Amino acid sequence: MFRLGKTTLVAATVLAMASPVAAQETVKMGALATLEGAFTVLGEDSMRGVYMALEEFNYTAGGKKIELITGSSDASPDSAIRATRKLVEQDGVQVMVGPLSGSEGLAVKDYAKTQPNVTFLNGSSAAQDTTLRDPADNFFRFGTEGAQWMAGLGEYVYKEKGYRKLAVLAEDYSFPYTQVFGFLEPFCRLGGKAPADARFWVPIGNKDYSSVIAALPDDVDAIYVALGGADAVNFLTQYEQTGGELPLIGGSITVDQTVLGSKGRTRDFVVGTPSAGPISDTWDDSRWAGFVAAYKKQFPDGFPSPSLFAHAYYVNTKAALLALDTVDGNLSDGGKAYRAALAALEFETPTGMVKLDERRNAVADIFLTEVAEGPDGNLLNKTIKVIPQVSQTLGLSYDEFLKYGAVSRENPVCE
Amino acid sequence: MDARQLFSGNSLLSELRPGPLVAVAFLLAYPAFASDFFIFQIGAYSLILGTIALSLTMLAGYGGMVSLAQLTVAGLAGYLVAILGDNSVGVMGLGWPWWLTVPVAILGAALFSVFVGAISVRTEGIYTIMITLAIAVAFFYFVRQNYVIFNGFTGFAGVEPPAIFGLYWRDPAPFYYLTLALSGGFFLAVLYASRSTFGLSLQAIRDNPRRMRALGYDVTLHRIVAYFLSGLIAGTAGVLLVWFNGRISPGSVGIDVAIDILVIAVVGGMRHPVGPFIGAIAFVLLENFAIDLIDRERFNTVIGLAFLLVVLFSPDGLLGIWNRLRDKLRLGRNARQDARRGEGGERQPAESLEQT
Repeated sequence: MFRLGKTTLVAATVLAMASPVAAQETVKMGALATLEGAFTVLGEDSMRGVYMALEEFNYTAGGKKIELITGSSDASPDSAIRATRKLVEQDGVQVMVGPLSGSEGLAVKDYAKTQPNVTFLNGSSAAQDTTLRDPADNFFRFGTEGAQWMAGLGEYVYKEKGYRKLAVLAEDYSFPYTQVFGFLEPFCRLGGKAPADARFWVPIGNKDYSSVIAALPDDVDAIYVALGGADAVNFLTQYEQTGGELPLIGGSITVDQTVLGSKGRTRDFVVGTPSAGPISDTWDDSRWAGFVAAYKKQFPDGFPSPSLFAHAYYVNTKAALLALDTVDGNLSDGGKAYRAALAALEFETPTGMVKLDERRNAVADIFLTEVAEGPDGNLLNKTIKVIPQVSQTLGLSYDEFLKYGAVSRENPVCE
Repeated sequence: MDARQLFSGNSLLSELRPGPLVAVAFLLAYPAFASDFFIFQIGAYSLILGTIALSLTMLAGYGGMVSLAQLTVAGLAGYLVAILGDNSVGVMGLGWPWWLTVPVAILGAALFSVFVGAISVRTEGIYTIMITLAIAVAFFYFVRQNYVIFNGFTGFAGVEPPAIFGLYWRDPAPFYYLTLALSGGFFLAVLYASRSTFGLSLQAIRDNPRRMRALGYDVTLHRIVAYFLSGLIAGTAGVLLVWFNGRISPGSVGIDVAIDILVIAVVGGMRHPVGPFIGAIAFVLLENFAIDLIDRERFNTVIGLAFLLVVLFSPDGLLGIWNRLRDKLRLGRNARQDARRGEGGERQPAESLEQT
């Protein structure tokens, strides 16, 4: 054991001595995603996004070679911090992309404050407070967050679908809170209702939804469901089997490719479900079509269409590389000029223009979609509308937006 | 049973051999040549995990009680520090000073350990494992769903170690020495306790509880006291763990982590209190560096295989491999030592354990 420890030590010392020389020609970039645990599949697709951006730049930016070092977490904040710390303090990465899930992002933001010379770009984590309250100067989010992803959906179901009273079913943690807030706030401002006793919060990985289904009130027009992955599949299957007839409204990862790809009658049942998110599978635009084609070419065994995770990691990695080009790969001032370049960066992504607000959170287009049956029988999300340039404060001033309070199970009240 | 008898075991000083001395010197000098990452995330973290596993080794190795709730005990101490002291989440955070928070957290954890013991000590083997597993799972789900006290899924963040003597105790070197001092203290305490009358009767109870009961020993009480002592160890490690991470959430006390602790104890070896620390070093090194050795999608397989191989070829863990290696190298010398010890009358705990 001690010998292993020593060998590693020696290796580390050699690396540490070698790195100042190597830093002249290469820039070390770290990428962190959930390659273990419940979100493994999503983490793998995230990494595909990182590889796509690097491949596009031929692993070179600002005249320097990019050396990618990957890290893995299991979606818990503790493991995200340990993996980030290893990448930053041991491997010496100067640019860091990740993490994937909401609570991890909050933890990495706190850690970023202790490493002012390293530049952090978010992966796909979408909790609101990663950038809204008490942000870190060196943490950037070029992908949007959970409340932004819901832009337009509340108005749409109130005005177009005519829903007035809703039940809410969501997982019990920061990302669904953010989504529920983003969805209900405009819906309730218009006069819609979602009373507290019709909101159901289940733990991640919940298998049995029979008690929730039995408790669903009769007098609601639809159910807003913000569940992800296997949780969504389990609920939809059980709700269909018990003869549920209420129409659904989906969160950003409730009716994505992983759920729509599942077999069985659930498929017909979800046709017509409106949803919103940072991507739309069928957006009729050459930028998006080019992105999907590149994804399919590079990863023939990936998803039929890139998930929002691949998209978010791609956008953030690309931002990191574009800014490196701007500063000619020069990070010798502790990355100060590099971060200034990032803050000013404005670029074309597969889903339209993206730029940052003053707290380094993205302002980007959001897609309102509806599940439909494609020509080949596969279910897909049909683009209804593109909501242009959604900001984190949803069009309000920063101070005004803060008055809404932090996202939680009771925010907004909506009685 | 007077005090002299209590101290009548082999004295620690007479046993000083070059090996342990080198190890102590290495551990003390370690921050002088290691990088911050190796001091903090490898060194200090190994010591913390090793201390939690030590509390399990003490129960399982000397008491024959395999408890999966040791991490839960440590986690409760960590939660208590976040709840009674300060945190940045805005839930609870009663703001008690550290000199009150820390003892209350450790004692609270030890009392919880007594509670776990009181429920489980009348069972044996697999049933003990099942009861303690049930407690660990129940605690995990409870803290995840309780928002009033434990702040649910999010848990607590921004838990800071106190600033004493003008030092920031989460800086790598001070934190390393803090964990080294505490874990070293517990290591010696367990070593000493295993040779005390209490430790010897605990081992006797492990080997034959019925006989000990017939001899007039209170078997249940001995076991519960063992749970209390192991709760002190695990609780202290839990306080260090929450200072190390600066946060605690249900993921920190999840069942996979609880099983990690068991893996550390088993892979390290349960015959001697140094086992869990060796296991923890192996675990932390693999956890950090396996991803560099192999394809990123397969590194957990490497970790699993490494541990499987250890357990397959050496049921008594890395400690057993080391012992066999040493025995082979110094066969003659060991034979002489054994002969000398044989005359001493009292058997060493390490040897009596070999009978299990």
